Amino acid sequence: MNFVPHTDSERKDMLAKIGISSTEELFKDIPNRVRLERELDLPPGLDEFSLRKEVTSLSQENAHIDEYVSFLGAGAYEHFRPAVIDHLLLRSEFYTAYTPYQPEISQGTLQAIFEFQTGICELTGMDVANASMYDGASAMAEAIIMATTQTRKNKVLISSTVHPEYREVVKTYAWGRGIEILESPYKEGLTDLESLATNLSENIGAVVIQNPNFFGGIEDVKKIVELAQGYKAMVIVCVDPISLGVLEAPGKLGVDIVIGEGQSLGIPLSFGGPYLGFIATKEKYVRRLPGRIVGIARDRRGNEGFVLTLQAREQHIRREKASSNICSNQALCALAATIYLSTLGKKGIKEVAEQCLYKTHYAKGVLGEIPGVEIAFPANKTFKEFVVKSKEKINTINKRLFKAGIIGGLDLGKFYKELENHMLICVTETRSKREIDLLKRVWEGEK
Amino acid sequence: MYPKNLKYTKEHEWVNLETKKIGITHYAQEALGDVVFVELPEIGVEFEAGDSIGVVESVKAVSDIYSPVSGKVVAVNEDLLDSPELINQDPYGKGWILEMEITGGEEELLDAEAYQRLIEEE
Amino acid sequence: MKEKLIFDLSTPGRKAYSLPELDVPQVDLASLVPRDIVRQEEPELPEVSEVDVVRHFTRLSQMNYGVDTGFYPLGSCTMKYNPKINEDMARLPGFALAHPYQGEELSQGALKLIYDLDKYLSEIAGMERITLQPAAGAHGELTGILIIKAYHEYRGDFKRKKVIVPDSAHGTNPATASLCGYDTIEIKSNSRGLVDLDELKKVVGEDTAALMLTNPNTLGLFEEEILKIADIVHEAGGLLYYDGANMNAIMGYARPGDMGFDVIHFNLHKTFSTPHGGGGPGSGPVGVKNFLVPFLPRPTVEYDPRREHYYFDYDRPQSIGKVKAFYGNFGVAIKAYTYILALGGKGLKEASELAVLNANYLKEQLKENYQVPLDRVCKHEFIITPEKKVKEKGIHTLDIAKRLIDYGFHPPTIYFPLIVEEAMMIEPTETENKETLDAFVQALIKISQEALENPELLHNAPHSTYVSRFNEAEAARKPILRWKPNK
Repeated sequence: MNFVPHTDSERKDMLAKIGISSTEELFKDIPNRVRLERELDLPPGLDEFSLRKEVTSLSQENAHIDEYVSFLGAGAYEHFRPAVIDHLLLRSEFYTAYTPYQPEISQGTLQAIFEFQTGICELTGMDVANASMYDGASAMAEAIIMATTQTRKNKVLISSTVHPEYREVVKTYAWGRGIEILESPYKEGLTDLESLATNLSENIGAVVIQNPNFFGGIEDVKKIVELAQGYKAMVIVCVDPISLGVLEAPGKLGVDIVIGEGQSLGIPLSFGGPYLGFIATKEKYVRRLPGRIVGIARDRRGNEGFVLTLQAREQHIRREKASSNICSNQALCALAATIYLSTLGKKGIKEVAEQCLYKTHYAKGVLGEIPGVEIAFPANKTFKEFVVKSKEKINTINKRLFKAGIIGGLDLGKFYKELENHMLICVTETRSKREIDLLKRVWEGEK
Repeated sequence: MYPKNLKYTKEHEWVNLETKKIGITHYAQEALGDVVFVELPEIGVEFEAGDSIGVVESVKAVSDIYSPVSGKVVAVNEDLLDSPELINQDPYGKGWILEMEITGGEEELLDAEAYQRLIEEE
Repeated sequence: MKEKLIFDLSTPGRKAYSLPELDVPQVDLASLVPRDIVRQEEPELPEVSEVDVVRHFTRLSQMNYGVDTGFYPLGSCTMKYNPKINEDMARLPGFALAHPYQGEELSQGALKLIYDLDKYLSEIAGMERITLQPAAGAHGELTGILIIKAYHEYRGDFKRKKVIVPDSAHGTNPATASLCGYDTIEIKSNSRGLVDLDELKKVVGEDTAALMLTNPNTLGLFEEEILKIADIVHEAGGLLYYDGANMNAIMGYARPGDMGFDVIHFNLHKTFSTPHGGGGPGSGPVGVKNFLVPFLPRPTVEYDPRREHYYFDYDRPQSIGKVKAFYGNFGVAIKAYTYILALGGKGLKEASELAVLNANYLKEQLKENYQVPLDRVCKHEFIITPEKKVKEKGIHTLDIAKRLIDYGFHPPTIYFPLIVEEAMMIEPTETENKETLDAFVQALIKISQEALENPELLHNAPHSTYVSRFNEAEAARKPILRWKPNK
């Protein structure tokens, strides 16, 4: 199957117009020594029916959350996705458009991004947000570059309760850019404030935390902001946007840059991507924001509309002086999030957040009753995730759960050596009491 | 075209050695187009001639401002924060960018005639 | 025609969602959240009905122009048709609803897809291995240049500080170099629009980390001396980076790996038909030669034939680390994989063949009414500029671009590459038929006549859209970047 329209006679006509007899002549500028003299070694092309069958059968070799009851989170979450999202995303005027560089024929994308920026600002309590970043991890790295540029201080302190993969991404970017990353340890599942205070100094440009943190625990953001401000370090907080239905907006807590992963806002799990990074900050730092930003403009007839603005920050103008090389955003994912936020609205986002809280609380109580299982870090308040410690190996438990149609939580030993036999469990509004009770019974050994 | 009482740099800044004011030239503002933002230095900071002391942004371009002389910043034109277009409208007057206490580097500057020649070559 | 902001459509008490009932005991919120961190003020998100949401976003979509709306000859962006089957495959529950941490046992389908796509892309590019982690072309550049940096440093070579790019390069190239701690050296192109070997020899040296190049370059021309270029850089100990933006011109004809490139990034959203989405998500896989494989981001996906089992390999001590959480934009990779399976090796070559045929066909017909600064056989794209007599009427490329909108076409890329004044960069792609190309030619010819007879018509274009040209300076001076509630 190919998607080209040319008939044989059209090819001939076109070649004649160019004044050649074969398309081979169009490739004569490629020197023989680099010409591929054989066919590409790929499977032969398929018709649409066979293609659908083959790719579908490959997809069936995966487990998925419509088939299993999942308690897995750790940065990728199952939340309710209203049906309207996919229907609207499939409007092909949205998904087959390029970046809105011609505003007269891109008002749809531009307005949707403006609404996205507004939604992120409302949730986070910040002044400005950009049109989105690749994902939460790269948004964190970009925020760090932003903060070190702003403060002209090249060291950054990051809490070890930040998602381990995010920290790894941050380290990669920091190495490239020559930024020094210091990790501050955790204690009882939260950022250890005493160590943080000790590690802070005048040389630190930014303090990075995640709230709720990787273990689901709610950090003492206020205290951390206070400590950081004492050394004129900027504070970067990575948030779960859903949690902001019940948790105070970071903007109200003195945070300088809020970043996060927007996958929870109506974006499917898709085995880890595409997701949606977001970044929001105070007005005074707007010209340090990376990536695209949409603003209101007036046209020649006096109409209000939307354009990409403040473009002098970006790579296509600033080239080697740009603080980021980012070019694209995740426009379609941002659109999904905007549709999600519009559908849920101010009451819905709160209700989702509250259900996460209550159901997580219930699950903690139920699982804590299992013999040989205890809730780790029991003093901590948690949002939609928590850690349990088990006498049994996590792998063994998860195998048992899977046989009963349950995908268990994350084995924390994978990321934290000291947390072998610890499982990170996620409970969102999509889990019912019955499913949580089933998790307990199967865990206990019921067949 | 280029005021005789000013001195110029190859990077298209002007400096008035009497008022100690510094800005960018008519040529520079025209090349940039509509100026939308100016990043001003902090008062009290010292610079060597040739250091980047600020940034001028237009819709489609961005340019560093290089210090024409060595010295210390004593004043900046805060009107530019609200009305950066002053640089387009009146580059040698209301569009001045900063004022310096000059400690050296004047000898490298171009006079109006030499600057004019430079532009014609470009 | 103007559509209100969704926030202005809000009516208190209206609702577009329904959630599962809360079936666990509701406890006192204050006991679950520390009091001083409970949200005090609700976010001002809209309260609307489901119909409101659907109509609002449907109307927004109608204000957009996409490949499905019409011809989109945006140079350097490869706006080819996005097959619908791709969308269906990415939404299969086994892919769309699979969790990245559900484990290898439960993810054999996804792992096989990643593994096979690695193999296919490696074959197309002449590389050893591919990582799918980068989320976009620029992200791929970052990954690729970091791999090069890691390679030099691993060999104890810390004196390499410079990345060379031609003056026709994409803006992301120098920005990427800076992000990796390198200085950028820009070299002038020669009169034929190609890398000037003498200029290159002058700047290459023991401080050269890499040369970044697209081939064909941004003028749509094939770098005929590519093997010499590669030798010059390699002899100095530098590596060659291939910006894959223009890969659509050469599939099945030539491979960057065979040209001497050491690292390449692909743009799946250009060459491999995955939609641009109004600006993303894209995907920018990076391929490397054998000697750079140890530096690829973690994890790679490997296959154990004995157990017939695909698995992640995290044990890669020389890896640059991760550039993105999880494994990349998997959902985009599915679409590229589907496309490659649909076309096969022959089909991909035919796609390149016809992309180049379409470009040359357009160029030949536009010659009479536009200037073609580098007029010889082009690859998948080419540059034209307005004729002198048109420019003398005060008409700029921007005016022509805006007038094209009135004729129902998306304008080409304009004012790029920077080395050609008033450039219009046209890339028709292979999926456009002859009638569309002919109609586009007719429109451009008509516009060049209008320019001479009635320049005002062009200055004020577009006329057919409900908004006209914007005052971008004013927008940037007093930026309004969000809606604010009236309080």
